[in-house]
Amino acid sequence: MKVKVISRSTDEFTRERSQDLQRVFRNFDPKLRPQEKAVEYVRALNAAKLEKIFARPFIGAMDGHIDAISCMAKNPNFLKGIFSGSMDGDIRLWDIASRKTVCQFPGHQGAVRGLTASTDGSTLISCGTDCTVRIWSVPVAATLESDHASNKPIEANAVYVGKNAYWAVDHQWGGDLFATTGARVEIWNHNRSQPVNTFEWGTDTVISVRFNPGEPNLLATSASDRSIALYDLRMSTPARKLIMQTRTNSIAWNPMEPLNFTTANEDCSCYSYDARKLDEAKCVHKDHVSAVQEIYNLVYPYFSMDIDYSPTGREFVTGSYDRTVRIFPYNGGHSREIYHTKRMQRVFCVKFSSDASYIISGSDDTNLRLWKAKASEQMGVLLPREQKKHEYQEAVKNRYKHLPEVKRIVRHRHLPRPIYKAKELRRMVIDAEKKKEERRKAHSTPGSIVTESVRKRRIIREVE
Amino acid sequence: MGLEEEAGGSAKILPPTEQELSAELDTKLQKYLRGEGADLEALKDKKLKGQLFVREKLYGNSAKAAAKFEKWLMPSEGGYLEAEGVEKTWRIKQDQLTREVDILSSRNQYDIVLKDLGPYTLDFTPSGRYMATAGRKGHVAIVDMKSMELIREMQVKETVRDIVFLHNESFFAVAQKKYPYIYNRDGIELHCLKEHGAVSRLQFLKNHFLLASINKFGQLRYQDVTTGEMIGNFRTGLGRTETMQINPYNGVVAVGHSAGTVSMWKPTSAAPLVKMLCHHGPISALAFHPNGHLMASCGREKKIKIWDLRKFEVVQTIPGHHAKTLDFSQKGLLAAGTGSYAQVLGDFSGTQNYSRYMGHSIAKGYQIGKVSFRPYEDVLVMGHSMGWSSILIPGSGEPNFDTWVANPFETSEQRREKEIHSLLDKLPPETIMLDPSKIGTLRPYKKREKPTKEEIEAEKEAAVESVKDIALKKKTKGRNKTSKRVMKRKVLIDKAKKPFLEKQMLEEGKVAGKKRNLGEETELPASLKRFVRKKAAV
Repeated sequence: MKVKVISRSTDEFTRERSQDLQRVFRNFDPKLRPQEKAVEYVRALNAAKLEKIFARPFIGAMDGHIDAISCMAKNPNFLKGIFSGSMDGDIRLWDIASRKTVCQFPGHQGAVRGLTASTDGSTLISCGTDCTVRIWSVPVAATLESDHASNKPIEANAVYVGKNAYWAVDHQWGGDLFATTGARVEIWNHNRSQPVNTFEWGTDTVISVRFNPGEPNLLATSASDRSIALYDLRMSTPARKLIMQTRTNSIAWNPMEPLNFTTANEDCSCYSYDARKLDEAKCVHKDHVSAVQEIYNLVYPYFSMDIDYSPTGREFVTGSYDRTVRIFPYNGGHSREIYHTKRMQRVFCVKFSSDASYIISGSDDTNLRLWKAKASEQMGVLLPREQKKHEYQEAVKNRYKHLPEVKRIVRHRHLPRPIYKAKELRRMVIDAEKKKEERRKAHSTPGSIVTESVRKRRIIREVE
Repeated sequence: MGLEEEAGGSAKILPPTEQELSAELDTKLQKYLRGEGADLEALKDKKLKGQLFVREKLYGNSAKAAAKFEKWLMPSEGGYLEAEGVEKTWRIKQDQLTREVDILSSRNQYDIVLKDLGPYTLDFTPSGRYMATAGRKGHVAIVDMKSMELIREMQVKETVRDIVFLHNESFFAVAQKKYPYIYNRDGIELHCLKEHGAVSRLQFLKNHFLLASINKFGQLRYQDVTTGEMIGNFRTGLGRTETMQINPYNGVVAVGHSAGTVSMWKPTSAAPLVKMLCHHGPISALAFHPNGHLMASCGREKKIKIWDLRKFEVVQTIPGHHAKTLDFSQKGLLAAGTGSYAQVLGDFSGTQNYSRYMGHSIAKGYQIGKVSFRPYEDVLVMGHSMGWSSILIPGSGEPNFDTWVANPFETSEQRREKEIHSLLDKLPPETIMLDPSKIGTLRPYKKREKPTKEEIEAEKEAAVESVKDIALKKKTKGRNKTSKRVMKRKVLIDKAKKPFLEKQMLEEGKVAGKKRNLGEETELPASLKRFVRKKAAV
């Protein structure tokens, strides 16, 4: 007879000294865990509820400007600093951690329309409606001692005067050229007082410009003749142009996939394109609304004014004329998050901070606002156990977020009343149009009415 | 050999040890995969398909990792008993085993004789460390099984019918003569559960923190022990009940009635989930296999039947046993206690065919009241009319425990933490269902049809039932006349029935209206036609 019986000696299964950690034994067999799915579901529900409890995205406002903020620039070398320019010509450097002004750059006579910093972070370039481009040197020492060096005015290094008002400026990544736009696109060098190169295509003002982060000689511009143009600096003629039905206000390149760019358009949507294939949008992002004014039965579209990508390339933030800031996933049609405050008026510019944790929005009410990119994130140093717990909560919530109970909690956002009403109205209008289209199709010969895909619908044509 | 391999083509040739391992790994993998993967071909949405494909791959990887690391994480194999030569395992006696096993295990074989205080019933905590025993004449004791130390002993001075631990060893519930009571580990009475009345059996659902009780007449009650709320109170309505068991796989309570039927209940519905006619006579014992598919039931006609709960069919009938108590072990061995003989049956071929494994008879004249396998140990404890006995059954317990599920070596700090975590993960009573894998799935979209007559009737009955349980305020000063009380009850029941009757009248009105339009004018003589109302009076 062969016998063996389970016998556990206490020494093997308990710790030796009281300073030791307790011994842990694992058996992952599902038989030992009855109803594990129900437990997971309950945990997902609780995780969704807790996330909503801890969702406090607004951190603080930075005030100091006395007029609306028209543009912002990030310093690629210094995480804590951000430049902002306002409509009365005041440019300031802010320290985000203390939310105070470090120094000011006075000089512009009119509104500052564009701000950009060079790649090494030492030079700031600004342009404005007073037809000047000014080059400043960023004080490095002062940015470190932000406590007592506040509001020190700095003199401009150089002032270049042009013929027309300038609308936007952007600096080349890794090079020493920068581009300004106004009546035409001009390429400058830091030291020359005249533009090195000029591009002109059509007669309308060019309102925004962006250099490609991966390909330093490629830039995209948008003009008020509803076009988006791609230029290559190595060629003397412009490369490609795309004409849409409505004007594009701003462009941002995806830093992780530099062939793709997203444009903020005036018809309340953002369109993502692949620069190689401009005849069709890759994705349409659709959540900003049009607020209706009942007078004269006109619909005034309230549109995105500015757009910026997160350094991870996975999401981008848009600031809109409808007083909200929205965060979209790079490949998704609807916004993941919406931020709004009663005091925040029209948002003119937004920036994603370089560590992908914060969003800075500059608006009409002369304040810059600091928000968290993930509303319920715990900032600061986390213990590894805390980190693991947060990851687990996130994962279990994502596993069940399509089920009705959990979805209702995860999806819930409080919207300001005008936006809520506008959204409902917009949905009604779109549904009615869709229904009419379907009926027309159903009552005409099959194949005579062709619906165009949403991705192509707003594009008129592409020009070489 | 090398030339042969080359000629053999591009087949992968593994060394023999690795070949065996991969076959073993496959069987282990199935265990961790928890069912089939999703059918992604039926999806039309390409984006969703891509996302789900990635997820399914991740599940596969984690199952493979769990299967691979089993050999390091779970080093100990279970116990076994193999007979050599002409020997049969069921003829092996306990004293033969004593000689073969180590001292620590032989300490698990004993008899505790307590002659005066009645047949003993017992219950274990999920980790198998603590045992609660109660004698019919009021003797209640909590014992630490590892050190054989008596934690607390008391005499409640009343008949005790059943005892059960709550979520850990700090609380236990005792079904006493008039009401069930909840006591602390120190023997302090915490609660007297008056709403339950005199119950005969108690069971505790540990994931949901529900205490289920049943009395002789078949009244089933569920109470949430964290909030004290009565979740359900149902008349089973199938006659006298003697047995009640919980299916650990899905949390369903099975009740055995005197007519031979077994009904299964959940706390959120007044009608049973399943009613099975199991035996010709009253059910004397019920037990559930830990995998949730098998149920063993014994009737007074001396047959033990093993049921497959997925198809509700008999898998096996074992004749000749009138078992007063049945229990399944963690590894699937079935213990049946008949009179003074305990029989252990095991399924060794894997085909759900239970055959004799071991047996043990205690002193003649002692009646076994309850058999219970100790979790995570190879021990069977029998509570009988003169105390309790413990014997060794090799191969019955799960050798590898998980510290986060049930820890036999728990410290008090770990116990406190576990209590909090299990309270945070407390499941709502709605999660109890026959097939627990339905949670997390989407219900298929069904077009809403009009409810059938039976459904409407059932709804009406349910409404009336819920009204009948409302307690009316006892009035004083001569206002509490019986006739008034009866009238009040009648009014309440009529109010509950009213919406259903109104709907019915509406339906009938519509039908009658249609009929009327067709043939009303033919009923009355011509001279009276001008007195007919054109519109029905509302």
